[in-house]
Amino acid sequence: MSACPDKEALLHGLLDGELDAANAQACEAHLKTCAGCAQAFGELQALSARLATPGVAFRAPPELRRRIEGAIAAEARPPRRRLWAAAPWALSAGFAALAASMAVVSIETQTLTLADQLVSSHVRSTLASHLVDVQTSDRHVVKPWFNGKIDFAPPVLELADAGYPLVGGRLDYLDNRTVAALVYRRNRHVINVFIWPSQPGLTSWPGPTGRGGYSVAHWRSRGLEFWAVSDIDAGDLQNFRKTFEARAPA
Amino acid sequence: MTGRILPFAPLLAARPAESRPVLGGFGRVRRPTVAADAAPLDPREAEQFRRLILPLMDGAYNFARFLCRDASVAEDLVQDAFLRAFRGFRGFRGGEPRAWLFAIVRSSYATWAQRRDEVHPDPEAALQATPSDDPSPEAALVRQSEAETLRAAIMALPEPFRETLVLREFEELSYREIAAITAAPIGTVMSRLARARAMLRVALPLEDLRP
Repeated sequence: MSACPDKEALLHGLLDGELDAANAQACEAHLKTCAGCAQAFGELQALSARLATPGVAFRAPPELRRRIEGAIAAEARPPRRRLWAAAPWALSAGFAALAASMAVVSIETQTLTLADQLVSSHVRSTLASHLVDVQTSDRHVVKPWFNGKIDFAPPVLELADAGYPLVGGRLDYLDNRTVAALVYRRNRHVINVFIWPSQPGLTSWPGPTGRGGYSVAHWRSRGLEFWAVSDIDAGDLQNFRKTFEARAPA
Repeated sequence: MTGRILPFAPLLAARPAESRPVLGGFGRVRRPTVAADAAPLDPREAEQFRRLILPLMDGAYNFARFLCRDASVAEDLVQDAFLRAFRGFRGFRGGEPRAWLFAIVRSSYATWAQRRDEVHPDPEAALQATPSDDPSPEAALVRQSEAETLRAAIMALPEPFRETLVLREFEELSYREIAAITAAPIGTVMSRLARARAMLRVALPLEDLRP
């Protein structure tokens, strides 16, 4: 038994919701009286249902997702000045100087990438309603929350009296590692402080202070790297850094 | 992040993105829908791209995977398409973002398929050169599970029928949107879809079609 030849296209249209109301009604009425069309339509529905079973459609591998997000973050970066073009002295100063300048370039490039990642992460945290994993202004709650989740102990400071109330803490993923993020507020602005252990051997580069309207501050203390990111202005963020550093356990 | 060498990178890199002609339906040559814009996106635009386009990655990968029938080629196609989409995001004028993105995925695929056919003009050789999915250990274990059977039946459909079916059944795009993506008239979309479903009905044993 098969569908009426003149109704075949209509059956697909009905299944796919492409018929207008009048045609849909007429087609449904026909299905009630025509066993051949009803069977054909049932088979089409069954096929669609089968294809909709989980496991039939492919899903993007997580590795691809990371790769594309990384590539896009790299694209979003404004074009960089060619440092070697600005340093003709490197050519005349011999091979050793050239090699040294290249080391500087590579560290700078790495840091720029990191600063971009930090800003992206900050923007994501404010947009994606994923500002904090643990929401509390009590540092005695935030600090133990990190225990067991990361392999270092970030200092959690209460700075409400200085105008920076603690909002909470969060785990984030940056520069190929899990990092701690502390979230503070300054009036209506959010300050993210990203913390992770310093890597021995890498010299600190102060980093850019601004990035597409965001301010970035970097410091280092007791073997930990600290990066604060916010949309408050750079001077305010430096004040926050000074307050944080002054209050940190020595 | 960018260090990975794409197995078919030379195929894509052979011509600059702007001048790459794309084969549309019926042999018409169509310009890609993305125009590379010199100025990089500002942070607001980039964030809009992340919000609107990045979540479509599963669908884009599914489409690419059924088009090229190879896992690693599909990854490269999707990455290429997302980068082109990002660079040309200002060319997106609203509407269904999937329709816009999938047209770019299809154009990435067309470029790859065209170059592949140039390298292997002999259809027999091209068939040999078409990469096929190696069954993963898991896939070998659940030998031809139901999902695998269905996937294999779709993979066996000729390309125009395959792509139309995938866009309709998995993405639930309208005939009009599918027509725009595949550069075919709506009537052609409808007949391809009916034909694809009829072929699946034959390929899959009837009891496989009962819920």
